[in-house]
Amino acid sequence: MIKTRPSSRPFLFPACLIFVCASIFSLHSNASPHRQQGQSNEELAVLPGEIGRSGGRLVVALRDEPKTLNPLTAADSPSREVIAAMQSDLIHINRATQLTEPGLAKSWKISPDGLRYTLTLRKGLRFSDGHPLDADDVLFTFRVNLDEKLHAAQRDLLTVGGKPITVRKIDAQTLVFQLAKPDGVEERLFDGIAILPRHLLEKPYEEGKLGQLWAPSTPPKEWAGLGPFRLKGYVPGQKLVLERNPYYWKTDARGNRLPYLNELDFLFVPSADAQVLRFQSGETDLITRLSAENFSVLLRQQRGSTMVDAGPGLEFNFLFFNLNDLGDKSSPEMARKQKWFRDVKFRQAVSAAIDRQAIVRLVYQGRGTALWAPVTPGDRRWVDASIPHPPRSLERARALLKEANFSWSSSSNGDPTLLDSDGKPVEFSVLSSSSNADRTKMATLIQDDLKQLGMHVQIVPIEFRSLVDRLTQTMQYDACVQGLASFDTDPNSDLNVWLSSGGIHLWNPSQAHPATPWEAEIDRLMEKQLSTPGYQQRKKLYDRVQEILAENQPMIFLASPDILVGAKSTLANIHPAVLEPYLLWNVEQLYFRNGAEAPSR
Amino acid sequence: MPLRSFTKWLVVLLVLHGVIAAAGFFAPYSPIEQDRDRPYLPPMRLHFFDTQGHFHFRPFFHPLRLRESAFDQYEESTSTAIPLHFFVRGASYHLLGILPMRFHLFGASDARICLLGTDAFGRDQLSRILYGGQVSLLAGLLGAGVTLFLGALIGIVAGYYAGWRDELLMRVAELFLALPWLYLLFALRAFLPLSVSPLEAFLLVVVVIGLVGWARPARLVRGVVLSVKERDFVRAARGFGASHLYLLRRHILPETASVLLTQAAILVPQFILAEMTLSFLGLGIPEPISSWGNLLASLQNYSVLVSYWWMYLPALAIIPFFLGYLGLASSLQERPAAYKIVEKKSWNPS
Repeated sequence: MIKTRPSSRPFLFPACLIFVCASIFSLHSNASPHRQQGQSNEELAVLPGEIGRSGGRLVVALRDEPKTLNPLTAADSPSREVIAAMQSDLIHINRATQLTEPGLAKSWKISPDGLRYTLTLRKGLRFSDGHPLDADDVLFTFRVNLDEKLHAAQRDLLTVGGKPITVRKIDAQTLVFQLAKPDGVEERLFDGIAILPRHLLEKPYEEGKLGQLWAPSTPPKEWAGLGPFRLKGYVPGQKLVLERNPYYWKTDARGNRLPYLNELDFLFVPSADAQVLRFQSGETDLITRLSAENFSVLLRQQRGSTMVDAGPGLEFNFLFFNLNDLGDKSSPEMARKQKWFRDVKFRQAVSAAIDRQAIVRLVYQGRGTALWAPVTPGDRRWVDASIPHPPRSLERARALLKEANFSWSSSSNGDPTLLDSDGKPVEFSVLSSSSNADRTKMATLIQDDLKQLGMHVQIVPIEFRSLVDRLTQTMQYDACVQGLASFDTDPNSDLNVWLSSGGIHLWNPSQAHPATPWEAEIDRLMEKQLSTPGYQQRKKLYDRVQEILAENQPMIFLASPDILVGAKSTLANIHPAVLEPYLLWNVEQLYFRNGAEAPSR
Repeated sequence: MPLRSFTKWLVVLLVLHGVIAAAGFFAPYSPIEQDRDRPYLPPMRLHFFDTQGHFHFRPFFHPLRLRESAFDQYEESTSTAIPLHFFVRGASYHLLGILPMRFHLFGASDARICLLGTDAFGRDQLSRILYGGQVSLLAGLLGAGVTLFLGALIGIVAGYYAGWRDELLMRVAELFLALPWLYLLFALRAFLPLSVSPLEAFLLVVVVIGLVGWARPARLVRGVVLSVKERDFVRAARGFGASHLYLLRRHILPETASVLLTQAAILVPQFILAEMTLSFLGLGIPEPISSWGNLLASLQNYSVLVSYWWMYLPALAIIPFFLGYLGLASSLQERPAAYKIVEKKSWNPS
């Protein structure tokens, strides 16, 4: 799967935050005398919800080793997943409500023109090494994130209207952020910007070594963060061990300082099937990103665990054709094929002939949703409910093909062959990633669907890296089944998919000028929503983008799988979200009932 | 006795290959026909006794119904019994690739009968195994043919002409023997174009596996040729002025026949396995055409491995073929002595 935004939003935050001043907090401070108490000058966040018991070790499998613990350079998803448990941001997007809530900043104000953001930090917070946090750490964080030499993944998020955001310190608790143009995402901008410890990083930064800093093998003493867990140890090829951050800035409703767990272990288990086996044997306590098949195996066989279908996620799968301008590289055969592919009626006919319900039933065992537009029902704020969901209709497909001057040969046996206006048979190949069984299955179903229109389709499963190479470098392909998953619900996280100049505008990436009027229109709408403040106005613009996509079918949207997760029944406070990290987003609140934590190994 | 065991194995193999060659007749359905309402249907049971315990001469089956809100859980609806019919008309096919026919060995009029269950797309597993056998066996046989032809040619040239040609060819052969041939198959297949039609893919597989295995038969043939060409009757013929071609055809080639036959019986199952390996890894025959290798490919998923035991059946299908070929090979190895005596008696140099 191609992820749309390698930079984004790794951060966690609890379901609902209630703010209380220190005096109210102190009313609760006697509730649990054995836990470390907040001092009266600390402005801690208090989370509602089930009160847990402390202790225990949570073991989680990770697909790959994290390449780095440095939020500035982390681009791979294992790194981001680990960093999310170790760092905090100023304002956070709650993964369950998909709305923003205060993080390290206890409040914020946006000026009426949308250009100035005033943030107030919580008082008395400390990094995981005990060093206090103040506005200078925030200044430092934004300085390094915006440093061109460091190529921080977040840099383009913090560049609004072509100019980097400027940050000014008013006092030890107050900061002012100045933008060149209003930003449509507003305060969501701050999600995922981990606040870094200046006292540890300023010297290496001045020496130019910051980019290489904080590999997983870093000694715990040289690392500090503001997240619920801090670094304890790293065994190459095996696991990364995190321990409870005693200075974490959240408590439960009784005033117990979070997180409940003493230890969080990330095991490196590369294949999805191996992760299922580890979970079955009880070696790991929870499992995410399950395929529908593995989910039903666990549902049938696994006792003592809770399996949850959290509903549609953000991943959307689609079929698309090669619409690139191949220029000199184009062969006469390819030119003939592209003549069909460029015909919107041809694409609409293919879309009408595809049995999306069969894809949902056979590929996802019913645990998925058919799609006619890129935004899935899992993205509650941005899905366009007015997009029609026409059922499969071969008649309509045939009528569309007839209108586009296709005809059928009368063959003596079996299905007739579809011929184009020059009398040549319609044959093409569909690439899919050989490591993704789901998409190869989709291609097999589409092959059978299109056979009924007289199209001869061959499926070519190839290795993922050479697939990406064909899609973005050599452009040597006819059609392809692929999927994308955004990290955030906001349309801006998919900018480089829909803008014609975008790198994963898959059907025709990185165009100098939009090739078609409707791509130009999408460009215009996306640019406009970028600087339009206010959800309602932006939603209108993005709905129009979805309608243009649904009508022109540059991607024929197929289906979206549900987020399928499982956890040991003894693990409490599990609230699966459809955003990553699906189960660990509220890791500070997870706890084991009855002291049933994982036995030490 | 060796002759009788040879005939016995030959008959067994002919019957097995006959069934596969006439797959269209023995398979009740087309191997690519999807039944999207019945994925992973377990093998259906044939009944002779109904619910009252009465015996029926004609076997019948109960259609399977999907359980409420389940994906792959079926139950027999015992209220309806559908009799099995023989020699029914069904999907059209070409017997042995030529004769257009519609008759199938068995079938039923109202519902699909899937004796070995269905796969992820509701395709009949029995039909897919039978049709898949055509691909795998043909690839094995043709691959062995290519290998033996190459091996015999190279072995004869090396053995008969000797000298530097022998040296060169045998060093190349040793190089080939030393190569890990499975990885060579992967490398060869990876160089070739990815997007090919099923027929092209099939020919590619045949050529690829045919090209890899020539070294062993070539060395064996060379050994035989080296010893035969010094035998008295060959020297005599050469003394009478026989040409190279005549000597090879009349005196030397017949002597290599038993070696080549034994090699063939060993190589065919090896090459069937090679085709299966390639298809299993997705480098062989593409979907929706079935072969024994890509039928097994779904077992790479853990969930299929633990949930649907009938997906293992294609692996069982190869066992009788392997036994047949190995039996044939061992009976052939016992034969050479008899072969030579017969040969000498029938051909009397005058």
